[in-house]
Amino acid sequence: MAKDVTHLPGFTTISMTVFAALYLPIVILVVYSFNSGEDLAHWEGIGLQWFTKAWANDQVKDATIRSLWLAAVAAVISTAVATMAALGTTRRGRFKGQTFIYVMINQPLMVPEIVTAVALLIFFAWFKVNLGYQGMGYLVLAHSAFCIPFAYLPIRARLESMDLTLETAAADLYATPWATFRRVTLPLLLPGILAGMMLAFVTSLDDVVITVFVKSAGQDTLPTYMLGQIRRQVSTEVYAISTMLLGLTVVLLVVFMALTRKKD
Amino acid sequence: MNQTIAISAQNVIKAFGQGDHAVRALDDVSLDIRKGEFFTLLGPSGCGKTTLLRLIAGFEMPSGGTILLDGADITTLPPNKRPVNTVFQSYALFPHLTVAQNVAFGLEMLGKSKSEVTARVAEMLALVKLEPLAHRKTSQLSGGQQQRVALARALAPQPKVLLLDEPLSALDLKLRKEMQIELKRLQTETGITFVFVTHDQEEALTMSDRIGVMSAGHLQQVGSPKEIYTRPKNRFVASFIGETNFLGATRDPMGYRLDCGIVVQAPAAQADRVTLTIRPEQLRLVPEAEGDIPAKITNLVYFGTDTHCHMSLPDGTEVTARLQSPSDGESGLQIGQGIGLRFVPGALQVLEE
Ligand SMILES: Nc1ncnc2c1ncn2[C@@H]1O[C@H](COP(=O)(O)OP(=O)(O)OP(=O)(O)O)[C@@H](O)[C@H]1O
Ligand SMILES: [Mg+2]
Repeated sequence: MAKDVTHLPGFTTISMTVFAALYLPIVILVVYSFNSGEDLAHWEGIGLQWFTKAWANDQVKDATIRSLWLAAVAAVISTAVATMAALGTTRRGRFKGQTFIYVMINQPLMVPEIVTAVALLIFFAWFKVNLGYQGMGYLVLAHSAFCIPFAYLPIRARLESMDLTLETAAADLYATPWATFRRVTLPLLLPGILAGMMLAFVTSLDDVVITVFVKSAGQDTLPTYMLGQIRRQVSTEVYAISTMLLGLTVVLLVVFMALTRKKD
Repeated sequence: MNQTIAISAQNVIKAFGQGDHAVRALDDVSLDIRKGEFFTLLGPSGCGKTTLLRLIAGFEMPSGGTILLDGADITTLPPNKRPVNTVFQSYALFPHLTVAQNVAFGLEMLGKSKSEVTARVAEMLALVKLEPLAHRKTSQLSGGQQQRVALARALAPQPKVLLLDEPLSALDLKLRKEMQIELKRLQTETGITFVFVTHDQEEALTMSDRIGVMSAGHLQQVGSPKEIYTRPKNRFVASFIGETNFLGATRDPMGYRLDCGIVVQAPAAQADRVTLTIRPEQLRLVPEAEGDIPAKITNLVYFGTDTHCHMSLPDGTEVTARLQSPSDGESGLQIGQGIGLRFVPGALQVLEE
């Protein structure tokens, strides 16, 4: 029997170390968010005081609502764009510049985020000065844009694994191109679209760098608010918020996996 | 236009690729398929059967020529505007719909009323004996059942022509035999023109009203199974359908002189140098002195009901005769034995080269 990589000496030790490095800090974070004491490094018993404190904080509430709202809008917009892009890059013959388009769509994955952030800062500054508009529009635009590749990848994967003869069969059975899309392509694509939307949502929810550069005064999202708090003093309240965010992400991830695993 | 012709392909050409890399999948194919017939396209892999079917369905546009349906030009019509339906080799059932919803799909797209759709779906499911499975998802069906759903779905809108691309190739032998009978029954009951693609010659011979034999993008011969089998036009058709013997011959005032020197009778042809063909079951073995041609047995292969007797003629030509095995299993023939050959009268055919 051939030995695979899992049988190499030290494999178990190395993988355990990696997993510990990845998950131990998170475990500690979650545990300490239930600490009833004031001191960050001192365990004083289980308590929910930091959760109630965070909940009662108007700034936290405000940032949470803004974050969720922004993530939802950005997820919807980026998923719509990503769906069209995925259809355009898979549902027609090869065309000139296909690779270029592919790179363009995935630009946010390749260009360092800080570069995009600075570029957006300069770009939007011009509009802010000349239009006088300071609203959430800039954040919505920026988030929608960098979420596109996260929505695009699962949708494209789903489209590529879909049997093209199904669409041919629909056309054969008198379906117009639009009816084919609505009755066959879209229902079969739906798990991919939902998965893409969820990834986009989580990506937007989590973003700090671009948000910090683009936001106007009083437009803190949850991550930028937490960053601000930590700069002043590390508070257990931030632990509690992180734990809640983690909970939300886990729920979304479970749904995402359920959607992508089941093929038809 | 002749009202008995359902599909007429006229000088159809289909090329894939461009320039030097172009492949002519169909090279000037002209073909008439009659209304209500079971027409089979038969040929080896890559000869262009699927391509011709896809052109009739409208999934591809021809590079040249025209396609008529009931006399009307449909060459450039998109597939959803053609009253033609397809049974795909992979079935292509919609996985997100139930059996009944799959069958209803075409009817709904045609804008039929709800009551009409329901009635027709029930009728189709009864026709293919699938009523108990109406509300199953198609992924929960066996291969044979999926096949029936595909048939019901394609027949439901009552197309003028039904196209079937090797629909039985994914089934095991027993199921395949059942479905052959089933298909023939459906075709007779519905009266719809069937265009059936296969590379299985036995399937073609047993099911078809007429067969079109294809090779390398050309239509070699069109005719009834009997015509194709007993009067093949050329060497390709003769050897693709069944087993056969080829004999070189030269024209002679008395008929044809075989390469072994014997003169035989066969239908007249233009060329001086021809190939004659005769099926193994049309050769008779007689005692050496009584035969038209002397031969020597080189091998005997027992097949149960039949025995194949391989022989060589005086000039070295190899021929095979198929004999019914005698009831006691003893043919009395031996390898190395000399024997006399006789041709069944009228069985020798002249091939165009
Ligand atoms: N989309 C395509 N692009 C390029 N070449 C093609 C395409 N479709 C078919 N061909 C070529 O055209 C020829 C005929 O193909 P076709 O699929 O019609 O054969 P077939 O008779 O159906 O064979 P099989 O019995 O294997 O299904 C083949 O040489 C094939 O490679
Ligand atoms: Mg084929």
